[in-house]
Amino acid sequence: MPLTRRELIVRGGLLVLGAGVLGRPTLALAQARTDRRLFVVLLRGALDGLAALVPYGDRFYADARGDLALPEKALIRLDDLFAMNAALGPLADLYQQGQLLALHATATPYRSRSHFDGQDVLDSGASEAHSLTSGWLSRALGVLQHAEGIAIGPSVPLLLQGPGQVTSWSPAVLPGADPDLLARIARLYEADPLLSRTLREAELLQADGPATMATAAEPGARRGSQAFESMMRKAGELLAGSGSLRLGAIELGGWDTHVAQGLDRGRLVNAMQQLSAGIDAFRRALGPAWRSTAVLVVTEFGRTVRGNGTAGSDHGTGTVALLLGGNVAGGRVIGDWPGLAPGQLFEGRDLRPSNDLRALLKGVLAEHMHLSEPVLDDVVFPESGNTLPARGLFHS
Amino acid sequence: MELEPMPLESAFHAATRFGLGPKPGELARIGKDPRGWLKEQLRSPVVPDLVRSAEDERATTRLFGRSAKEAGIRREELVRVYRDQSARRFRAHVRTDQPFYERQVLFWSNHFTVSIQRPVIAGLVNAYELEAIRPHIGGTFQDMLLAVARHPAMLLYLDNAQSVGPDSRLGVRRGKNINENLGRELMELHTLGVDGGYTQEDVIALARILTGWSLARREHAIVAEFEFHEFMHEPGPKTLLGRTFDQGGMAEGIAALTMLARHPSTARFIATKLTRHYVADDPPPGVVERLASVFVETDGHLPSVMSALVDCEEAWLHPLEKFKNSYEYCVATFRALAYEPDERQSLGSLRALDYRVFDAPSPAGYPDVASAWAAPDAVRKRIDWAYTLARRFERYVDPRSQAAEAIGPVLSPRTRQAVAEAPSAAEGLALLLVSPELQRR
Repeated sequence: MPLTRRELIVRGGLLVLGAGVLGRPTLALAQARTDRRLFVVLLRGALDGLAALVPYGDRFYADARGDLALPEKALIRLDDLFAMNAALGPLADLYQQGQLLALHATATPYRSRSHFDGQDVLDSGASEAHSLTSGWLSRALGVLQHAEGIAIGPSVPLLLQGPGQVTSWSPAVLPGADPDLLARIARLYEADPLLSRTLREAELLQADGPATMATAAEPGARRGSQAFESMMRKAGELLAGSGSLRLGAIELGGWDTHVAQGLDRGRLVNAMQQLSAGIDAFRRALGPAWRSTAVLVVTEFGRTVRGNGTAGSDHGTGTVALLLGGNVAGGRVIGDWPGLAPGQLFEGRDLRPSNDLRALLKGVLAEHMHLSEPVLDDVVFPESGNTLPARGLFHS
Repeated sequence: MELEPMPLESAFHAATRFGLGPKPGELARIGKDPRGWLKEQLRSPVVPDLVRSAEDERATTRLFGRSAKEAGIRREELVRVYRDQSARRFRAHVRTDQPFYERQVLFWSNHFTVSIQRPVIAGLVNAYELEAIRPHIGGTFQDMLLAVARHPAMLLYLDNAQSVGPDSRLGVRRGKNINENLGRELMELHTLGVDGGYTQEDVIALARILTGWSLARREHAIVAEFEFHEFMHEPGPKTLLGRTFDQGGMAEGIAALTMLARHPSTARFIATKLTRHYVADDPPPGVVERLASVFVETDGHLPSVMSALVDCEEAWLHPLEKFKNSYEYCVATFRALAYEPDERQSLGSLRALDYRVFDAPSPAGYPDVASAWAAPDAVRKRIDWAYTLARRFERYVDPRSQAAEAIGPVLSPRTRQAVAEAPSAAEGLALLLVSPELQRR
C-alpha cells in the first residue's frame, strides 16, 4: 500500500496509510517573504534505518536481524512496535514532545545499491540517476520569493545546485581578506562567469545579518564529532537571522557500516550520537525560530536486514526518514509497515520500501513552504505525479 | 615578455592542463614542442624519491595493537607516518620536472581511492600509491587493478580482508559470511561503471570469488601484507557476468579481475573518467570514443591511452575550462612561487582549503567537476589563504615579475591591470594567485 494514492489516517496509535478521500492541496504560490525555514540533513553512506528506529515489536525482528538485533538496553520504546536507538536520545525526547515524526520503510524510486547513484536520486529528486542536473531543494528555492539557501560545508551538494540563490559556509581557519581586496577580486572575476557568480554568492552571506562570514572565522576549527555539532549550531544561528536565508542543507558521513557496526556501542552509535548532538545544537541556536523550522533527515537507501560476514550490513533498500520541528505534528511513525517476515523482504534481503520518500518531501514543501501541487509535480519532483504529498505533517 | 606568444601559450596549456602548473623556467623548457615534452614523460619517467624508510616499515607493518595502550601507540605512529609521507609527496609535486607523470599518479590514486576515513589505514595510504599505483603508470590497467586488489590498504578500506566464504572452512566453523563492499566497488567504481551491465548477483559472485584475499598473520598478529587464505575462500563454481569461475583458490580472482579489466564497459568507463579529468566536466564523446578504442586495441596499455589523449585536438582548445581542485590549486601556487613548503606549511595550507590528502569522503574518490570545488565558501577560502600566503611572501616576491615568470603568457589584460594597480605588493600577489588563470586548468 504505497503512499502514492492514499492519505494518512491514524489507526491504533500508529499512523498508517489507508484508503481515504483525496483533498485538494492549496494552489497558492508563495509570493510574500516567508518566515518558514527548512533544513535538510543528508546522511551519506546509507543509514541502517532498522538500527535507528527499531521495529522491536515486529515478531520477526530478532530472527530477521540475527546478530544485529539490538539488546533491550540499547532501545527507548516509543510504542508497541517501534523504539528509538538510545544513541538518538535527544530525538526520542523530541518524539515524546510531539516534535518528531518518522516515515519508516521508505526509499526514493532508486532500486539498485550504488551509493553514488542513490545519492544522485535523493538529491536531484528525479526517478532515476543522472537524469537531472539540479537538486529538488534548489528548484523549490527557485520558486520561492525573497528566499536564499545555504550549504553548510565546504561544497554545495547536488541537492542545492540549480536555479536557487545559494551560498555556502564552513568554519574558516584563516582570517579573511579585507573588503578592498575583495572588491578588486570581484572586478578581476568579471570576465569569468563561474568565479564571479560564486564570489557574489559568498558575499551574500556577509550582508545577511550578524553572523557574517568575516566574523565567522573560528580559529582551530574542530574536526570529527564536534565539527558537526558546531556546524549545526552555526546553521541554526544563520537561519535564525532576519535576512532571507530560509533553506539549507548539510552532509554527514559515517553511515556505511559494512564492518563492526556495533550494537549498544561502536561506529553506528558514535555516528548517531553525533547526529543527535548536532540536531540539538541546531534547535537551541534557532531559539524562537524553531517554531517555524522543519528539519528533514534523509539518506540514500537502507542496509541489509541481516548482518553480513563482518558484523556489519551491506547496501539495502528501505530505511527511515525523520521530520522534526517546532510545528511538526509529531510523536508518531507514519507509513505502511511491511514487516520483517521472510516473504516480505525486498529481494529476500532488504526492508521493503513500501513508502515513497517523495511523498514526505512533497508534503513538507506543500504544507510548510506552501508550494502548490503543480509546482511540486512539474518543477520540484518531475515524474512524481502519482505520488501525492503526505498530509497532516504539521499543526495548522 | 619578448618571446613569441603562440608557442608559450601552448606551453602554458601543456603545463597546466596536463601538468601541475608551471614553475619558473618550465615554459621555456617546454618551448615549441609541448606534445613532445608530454610524451617524453610517458617514455622515461623519473620516479621521485619517496621510498618508505625502514622506520616507516616497522611502524606500519603491525597495524593493530594487542592491548589498548599498544593500539594507542600504533595510532600515533600511523598518523606521524601519514603526515610525514604526505608532506614529502606534496613537496615532490611542487618540485617535479615530470608533472604530467605525477598528475597521472594523482588521477589513478583517486580512481582507486583509499581513504583515511578508515583511520587504521592512515599509515598505508602513501605506501599504497607507491606500491600499487606508481609502478603501473607506465604499464597496463590490468596490472594496476591486480596490484590494487591485493594491497592491504584496499583490502582493509573496502573490507575484503575480513570477508569469509560461508562454506569455507572458517565460514563453516565460525558461521561467518561474505562482505560485498569490495566486490561491488570493483565493478561500480574501478572497472565497469555503474551502468556497465552487472547485477546484484554479480556483486555477490565477485565477493565470493575474492574471499580469502586478505592479510598475513605473523606470531598471531595481523600484518599489512597480502596473503591468500584458502581456509576463508568460498569453494565451488561462481557465475560472474555469465561466465563460470571454478579454478578454485586465488586463480579465480585473478581470472575474474582480468576479465573485468578487458571488458568493453571498462574501456568506456576509464576513457570517460580520463576525458572528464583532462578535458571537460562534460566529456566530449569524440575523445571518449578515441581513448576507449585505444584502450581496447592496446589491452589497457596506459601510456598509449595517454599518448592518444595528448594527440586529441579537443584537449588543446582554449580557454582552459576545468576548475582545479584544492590540492591542484595549492600545488600550482607553490610551484608558481618556486617555494617548497615544509610539513606544517603544506598540510596546513591544504587544511585551510578544507582538504586533506587521501581523505576522500567515499570510495568514489574526490569529485572531478567544477561544481564540487567552486562553492562560494571554497572560493572565499582560496582568497583568504592566498592573501595570507602573499603577506608572507611580499618582502621577497615582486608580483609583476612573478606574474611574468609563472603565468605571464596567458595573463589577461584584466589580471595584468589588477596586479599593477594593487595598493601593496601583498595584494598584488594575492590578486595574481587568485586569478582565473591560476584557478583553471
